[in-house]
Amino acid sequence: MTTAVIVDYDAGNLRSVQRACAEVGIAAVITSDPARVRRADRVIFPGVGAAGSAMRSLRARGLDHALVDVMRGGTPVLGICLGLQISLDHSEENDQHTLGLIAGEVRRFTLSDPALKVPHMGWNAVRVVRPHPLLAHVEPGDEFYFVHAYYPVPEDERTVRAVADYEGHFCCALGVGNYFATQFHPEKSGRVGLRLIENFARWDGRDA
Amino acid sequence: MLSKRLIACLDVRDGQLAKSIRFVDTKDIGDPVAKAREYYLDGLDELVFYDITASSEKRRIILDVVEAVAEQVFIPLSVGGGVRSVADATDLRLAGAEKINVNTAAVERPALIAECAEAIGSQNVVLSMDIRNVGVAPDFPSGYEIVVRGGRTPTGIDALAWTRDGERLGAGELVVNSIDADGTRNGYELRLTRAISEAVRIPVIASGGAGVPDHLYDVLTEGKADAALVASMVHYGDYSVSGLKRHLDARGVKMRMSW
Repeated sequence: MTTAVIVDYDAGNLRSVQRACAEVGIAAVITSDPARVRRADRVIFPGVGAAGSAMRSLRARGLDHALVDVMRGGTPVLGICLGLQISLDHSEENDQHTLGLIAGEVRRFTLSDPALKVPHMGWNAVRVVRPHPLLAHVEPGDEFYFVHAYYPVPEDERTVRAVADYEGHFCCALGVGNYFATQFHPEKSGRVGLRLIENFARWDGRDA
Repeated sequence: MLSKRLIACLDVRDGQLAKSIRFVDTKDIGDPVAKAREYYLDGLDELVFYDITASSEKRRIILDVVEAVAEQVFIPLSVGGGVRSVADATDLRLAGAEKINVNTAAVERPALIAECAEAIGSQNVVLSMDIRNVGVAPDFPSGYEIVVRGGRTPTGIDALAWTRDGERLGAGELVVNSIDADGTRNGYELRLTRAISEAVRIPVIASGGAGVPDHLYDVLTEGKADAALVASMVHYGDYSVSGLKRHLDARGVKMRMSW
């Protein structure tokens, strides 16, 4: 049985991620214990909410250091939504200095078309721009479910694995070494989302 | 670009699926968990459960239904009916609901919208509105009035004014339910839906009146809705979820077509 831990830092409801894991055969434990995170076979770092309060609660529990350690140690890590965003250096949301696991920043959507709404909420097509084992099943036109007002801008273009279009393309999946993260919610994206989580269960943490 | 969404609404009474006709007659039409799973596998984009259980002792049942559905349906799940407090919203979220719909209680105490937005995030708070056409009058500049308690009680509140208040208080999405059109199968209230869509910058879900696939087309184009909600069209097997999506796709509406 594949096992994983889901990092709990008071950033939204984590049980939907846990249920999706169960559906694809991952026994996932929700924990806020940094020692447990460090020991994990696989780490899922989800989250919804604001960058400021998320960082405060990660630091208060010592989870910020645990995440740095698992990144360095080569454990496969899957970031989702806010988990992705606070992996970068800085977020415009609350002008917040974030974990800095990946070089880059997070910006708010500024759209000229008044018909386009923020948050970007709903199903949007995800286009793979650099293949990754977790996206191996994604076909052109496949859509995933998004809910966010801010989007990631990694410094190194080569880390961008997939993009989506919302008045221009933005990075919606990034991958570096043992870290892979999505701006969309695979746990709410039907079969294509479950497949991504299933791919994570089998992933050895290498990006080629 | 975002796809338009097809949403199915399941009215649940004492744990059973019910469909109301103009909010009056309801009859049981099956197991909500099985229906939810069936629609999910057929490409549904989002599910809404509305708890119309009359007695408060039976409220616990909806939590069990939501929990059972959340274990086997991996698309956004929205739940409403009887949400009166942040505690109610939190219970439903823990059971597996993504979004919480508020309606009557928000009209009675608008701060509920702000409290829920603070607790669970604005994007997860859906303001559901039952609206009737009363004609333009000094008290109703839009010509539409908000009604509550399942459409039975007028409030004296102008629908467009309430829409703007709801957005300002932190609602992340709106359901526009025309009680004049609900259950008639004569089509959505296009004028109302469009007026509200143009007045706000949050997504609008059109509800009430769908009878044939072109009604969905009309409200997603002319009515400017972001999502169309259906109930009886799919519950009785007249149309399938995938069939409706194929129809809209063929007419040029951007829909999610692989699942």
